[in-house]
Amino acid sequence: MEFSNRYIVLFTIVVSLVCAFGVSSMAVALKEPQAVNRELDRKANVLRVAGLLPPGEKLTKERSDELFKDIVEKVIDRTTGEVLEGVDPRSVNPFPDSKDPSKSDPVPSAYRLTQVAGMPKRLLIYEVNAPGHECLILPIWGNGLWSTLFGYLAVAKDASRTLGITYYQHAETPGLGGEVDSVGFKKQFSDGKQLYDEAGRPLISVVKAGTSVDDKKHFQVDGLSGATITGNGVHAMLQLWLSEHGYGKYLQARRTNGT
Amino acid sequence: MDKATKSLLIDPLLDKNPISIQVLGICSALAVTTQLKTALVMSVALTVVVAFSNLSISLLRNKIPGSIRIITQLAVIASLVIVADQILQAYMFDVAKQLSVFTGLIITNCIVMGRAEAYAMANPPGRSFLDGIANGLGYSVILIYAAVIRELFGSGKLLGFVILPKFDAATGEGWYTPNGLMLLSPAAFILIGVFIWVQRGLAPKLQEKA
Repeated sequence: MEFSNRYIVLFTIVVSLVCAFGVSSMAVALKEPQAVNRELDRKANVLRVAGLLPPGEKLTKERSDELFKDIVEKVIDRTTGEVLEGVDPRSVNPFPDSKDPSKSDPVPSAYRLTQVAGMPKRLLIYEVNAPGHECLILPIWGNGLWSTLFGYLAVAKDASRTLGITYYQHAETPGLGGEVDSVGFKKQFSDGKQLYDEAGRPLISVVKAGTSVDDKKHFQVDGLSGATITGNGVHAMLQLWLSEHGYGKYLQARRTNGT
Repeated sequence: MDKATKSLLIDPLLDKNPISIQVLGICSALAVTTQLKTALVMSVALTVVVAFSNLSISLLRNKIPGSIRIITQLAVIASLVIVADQILQAYMFDVAKQLSVFTGLIITNCIVMGRAEAYAMANPPGRSFLDGIANGLGYSVILIYAAVIRELFGSGKLLGFVILPKFDAATGEGWYTPNGLMLLSPAAFILIGVFIWVQRGLAPKLQEKA
């Protein structure tokens, strides 16, 4: 069957318009439930690292609203460590900001291993006031072996020790680097590792699997065997985010206030 | 049901299976079969996409100019895949997160375009739709086979329920030591290879001449 050029052009236009209309109306119609899902997912991760949501339990909208009553989101000026009152936490997006040179500062070359694009000027933290679960939750990210690992680090309110860690998004090798998500690895953080030394330098470190020594167990985390590079990535990212280039200034203030 | 319809529905399950005989759609079969749940959702998504892409292409088959038929098929398939992906993200968020890019990659799955080009362009809509369903099910058979074995031996579970209790050195509970290889992509390669071998061994007519 022969078709004229005119027909072919018209046909292309009609097919494109019909497809575009179908796809975009679907996207608009489903925008609401998708946004709800993403928000719930983010909250579920925060609640898990705070120990308020048992692993494996599904979070409903009502339950999340109830649990989040005891959680305050705070916006922090990274360079001064001060809490910015009156800034809507919804308007701060640290990860996208880290890629925008106007909203972030370059990462010092010592931390190049983390492959973080930039340190956002404004950071977001969660302060959990639920009885028995009081902690600060710090979003962290950095490179492992294959992928950027996104996670939350829970620390005590006086910034003395860790209370938990969770990685909610990564693409490390399952069974090797993917074990950053395993109960065993995470338990080392919930056992409480010391964050800073006397001089206020980040102390917590991830060492080669099985080589943490007894008198250093209070700050050393055993890495994952078969996943040295992922472990190094976790180490570098903790060092960066706890340093003065990350949450350091803010945590320092909490340390001296002892609250 | 007449004989032709029957063979249209049955053949793609075994004798003309898109994965084990035509060896199409392998990459997603490797990626989404570590758990039965993701494999099932992927199977349903692909079956729906291939059925409706066959239906729409077949309805348009006399209107599509030959010179732009491939890109037209691709536009239709891509739209259907995006819609499927959006629906998963809205109503099955957990699974959509695990499937990550692989729902989007249904667009490039050779089975979908292969059926559109080989079958839907030359056959009426009803039969094309059935052909799409049958080929989607053929793909599903292999995915479910690989996923059952990988999840059972890789993590001792099926659909998330513990079948083989994992040995825990600390408490002494359980007895099964998971086979980590099953969770890596090569395991799916080996399993699909074994399937292809056994199938051809049982039915020598399927063997290609060397």
